[in-house]
Amino acid sequence: MVIEILYFARIREILGMGREQMTLNDDIEDIASLIDYLCGARDDRWSSTLQQENLLISVNQSMVKADHGLRDGDEVAFFPPVSGG
Amino acid sequence: MVIIQEADFDIAEEVKVLRAQSSETGAIVTFIGLVRDISDSDKVSGLYLEHYPGMTEKSIEGIVDAAKSRWQLIGTRVIHRVGQLSPSDQIVLVAVTSQHRKDAFLACEFIMDYLKTRAPFWKKEQTTEGERWLETRSSDVDAASQWQNEESC
Repeated sequence: MVIEILYFARIREILGMGREQMTLNDDIEDIASLIDYLCGARDDRWSSTLQQENLLISVNQSMVKADHGLRDGDEVAFFPPVSGG
Repeated sequence: MVIIQEADFDIAEEVKVLRAQSSETGAIVTFIGLVRDISDSDKVSGLYLEHYPGMTEKSIEGIVDAAKSRWQLIGTRVIHRVGQLSPSDQIVLVAVTSQHRKDAFLACEFIMDYLKTRAPFWKKEQTTEGERWLETRSSDVDAASQWQNEESC
C-alpha cells in the first residue's frame, strides 16, 4: 500500500522534510510498525523524533494511538505537542 | 464558523455578524489572545505560527460541536491566525452567543481550553536567546482536563 506521511514543526525541521509518499511492505500494518521501520531504516534523527514519548500521531486528520491500523491511501502525520491559542 | 487566516481580524466586525444572526441572542462573550513580548523572562521579538491545514479546521469544529452539545448556544466564531506575528498582535478570537450569559461564558472558556491542547498549531518564538518551538504547557493541559473531571462528577 501507498501512504502519505506529513511532519510538522520541530519534527519537520529536525528531519528536514515536510511530506513524503511511501510504499509500504506488507509487514507494516500499523503506526507502531511504521515507526519501527522508519527508525531502523533511517538515521538517528528519525529515532530521536519518532520515539519521543510525547509524539502525537494522526491518520486522515484524526488523532490516533500507535496501534492504529494503516490502509492504502492513508494520510499519516507525526507532530509534537500543540501550542496554539 | 472556524477561520484560519494570516490576516488580522476586527472584533467589531465579528460581533456585528453574530448580533445579526438571531434576535434571540441575549449574550455575546468574546476572548482574544495576543502575542506577549515576554516568555520565561526572555524578550520576544516575534512569533511564527504553523498549523496542519484541514486538520486544524476539523479539530476546532469538533471542539465547537462538543460545546454546542453541552450548552445552549446560538452562534460561534473562531478565528485563528497563522504565519509571522509580532508582539501585541491578535492571535485568536473565540466568540460565542447564547440567550443567557452563563452558557456563553462557559462555552467560550471551554472552546479556548480545548483549542490550546487539541488543535494542531505550533508556535515558534523568536527571542533574544534565539528561536525555539513552544509545546503544550502543563497548566493548559490542567485547564482542559478540568472540563472532563466536571463531566464525570
